[in-house]
Amino acid sequence: MNTQLLLIQVFNGLVNGAFYALLSLGLAVIFGMLRIVNFMHGALYMLGAFTAFALGQAFGLGFWPSLILAPLIVAGIGMVLERGLLSRLYGLEPSYNLLLTFGLTLLTQDLVKQVMLSQYAVSSAPYTPPPVLSGVVNLGFVVFPKYRLFVIGLSLLICLITWFVIEKTRVGAIIRASTENPGVTRAFGIDVGKWVTGVFGVGVGLAGLAGVLAAPIYSVEPYMGAELIITTFAVVVIGGMGSILGSVITGFAVGVLAAIGAALYPPIANTLVFILMTLVLLVRPSGLFGLPEGAR
Amino acid sequence: MTVLPRTAARAGRERTTRAVWLIGLAILLLVLPRLIYPVLALDILAWGLFAVAFDLLFGFSGLLSFGHAAFWGSSAYVTAYLLGQGQSVPVAMLGGTLSALALAVPIAFLSVRSAGIYFSMITLAFAQMLSFLALQWTDVTGGENGLQGFERPGFLGMDFSDSLTRYYFCLAVFAVGFYVAYRTVRSPFGQAQQAVRDNEQRAESIGFNPVRFKFTAFLISAALAGLAGSMYAFGHGVVSLEVVNWRTSGEVVMMTLLGGTTTLFGPVIGAGIVLLLRDVLTTANLPVGIVTGLVFVATVLFFRRGVVGTLQHWMRRR
Repeated sequence: MNTQLLLIQVFNGLVNGAFYALLSLGLAVIFGMLRIVNFMHGALYMLGAFTAFALGQAFGLGFWPSLILAPLIVAGIGMVLERGLLSRLYGLEPSYNLLLTFGLTLLTQDLVKQVMLSQYAVSSAPYTPPPVLSGVVNLGFVVFPKYRLFVIGLSLLICLITWFVIEKTRVGAIIRASTENPGVTRAFGIDVGKWVTGVFGVGVGLAGLAGVLAAPIYSVEPYMGAELIITTFAVVVIGGMGSILGSVITGFAVGVLAAIGAALYPPIANTLVFILMTLVLLVRPSGLFGLPEGAR
Repeated sequence: MTVLPRTAARAGRERTTRAVWLIGLAILLLVLPRLIYPVLALDILAWGLFAVAFDLLFGFSGLLSFGHAAFWGSSAYVTAYLLGQGQSVPVAMLGGTLSALALAVPIAFLSVRSAGIYFSMITLAFAQMLSFLALQWTDVTGGENGLQGFERPGFLGMDFSDSLTRYYFCLAVFAVGFYVAYRTVRSPFGQAQQAVRDNEQRAESIGFNPVRFKFTAFLISAALAGLAGSMYAFGHGVVSLEVVNWRTSGEVVMMTLLGGTTTLFGPVIGAGIVLLLRDVLTTANLPVGIVTGLVFVATVLFFRRGVVGTLQHWMRRR
């Protein structure tokens, strides 16, 4: 394989990695605070893409306003669901929330499917990127679509901001404290419950953002999030649920590795992430960045 | 010393209740194909056993597997493939079950060391991997087309082209599978398994190795799920990618929860309710996904005991 082809694969891997990173970052933030795994994450990613599409259809809103509005709408929906439904199960086994969000996934997907069929008479719809980002960039040694470079850049930026907020600011300190020991944090006079909803909103907002970013690359389709979320779960298992930065690094790294592997041996494209997961589980059951079960 | 007689009396009463439930279930399953069309009845048997198998792990070991479609599906594929190669029905079904068991060994080995939500994500990921393999390995699985039109050669004078004969043959297989599950739960192994579920440290301190119990429970559960999957392939005559899809893994969770986890009979009832509901919705041309999603959400939120669990709860209070 020549160098140019390899570079293209690395870039494509970074694009996939950008989605893994945004999604697993959101999952990690939510898991850290609530100790639940949000199966709905994939459905909310899809909802982000669909909202961008629907905003365009209904109000003629373009890519840029949708890029801001759609994640906010998704975050709002997520926060309503958290307050109204998820919070009812906090005292129980975390498995019940996984099941609840699984049920909500089925519901959301089929609702969107019905709406798309009845309102727009389509089962999937294309979404065009803004003119500024269409076309290609010649990087001298390789030609690459502008929009995909933008996706890599923006997702890196968002991940860095999230990491900075959580690791370096007062808000982040409160979130980390509530994650590590909610009881003690409460004793310091911080209303942990109030932060939970906000953190959940940010987590699913990131999924919504990933959805809008994905819309021009893949078409808007009710089941676009289903398989991506399962692959993201494998990425999360590889990285371990321990650290924010870990989930971002793992997301990009897995994306690139999987793309290179797929170029070397195409039939392995879909399964490589899961093979990587198997290897990591053999060597480090708690993931690359995760703490062993007992240490949590 | 009044404790002993009272316990004995309660044990006796429980044994009677259990016998009543068993006989009720047996009668229901015997007349089922007279009440609804036999192919749907056969689906209920297969999914019912699948849900019972799943609950061996979920209810009795406290491990929520989100990837049980891997065992159900791989067995369905192997069964259909072997039938297509001209093997007899029992050989094909046994082959399917054994393949599910063989697949479960590495998956169980890698997943039972992790607990809680991690276990769910790992099993889900492995099932997804299998579903990609099924999509790609078209020589064996038929890819998008699936496997269909395979032979079901008669066995011991039974003519399997008749759906009623298929049903009663599968009822016998179901009875064997259900008996295995029943014996497992009631055995010393089952007691230890539940002790590990309830308090891992305590179980370990009295000499049980938690990981070994979880591993074994996983294998039994996967093999029974495989047996159920082979029944499904045999009964339906069609195997498609749906059998290894993540939705299938979720559906069996829903059936189990709706019917009542750790009740043994419950999952069968849950499977019946879900399949009948789906049948009614499809016939009425209503959106199946939305209604089942709503039922799922409502069950998790308000009805975690399930149908049989709620009934038993009421009867115990009276």
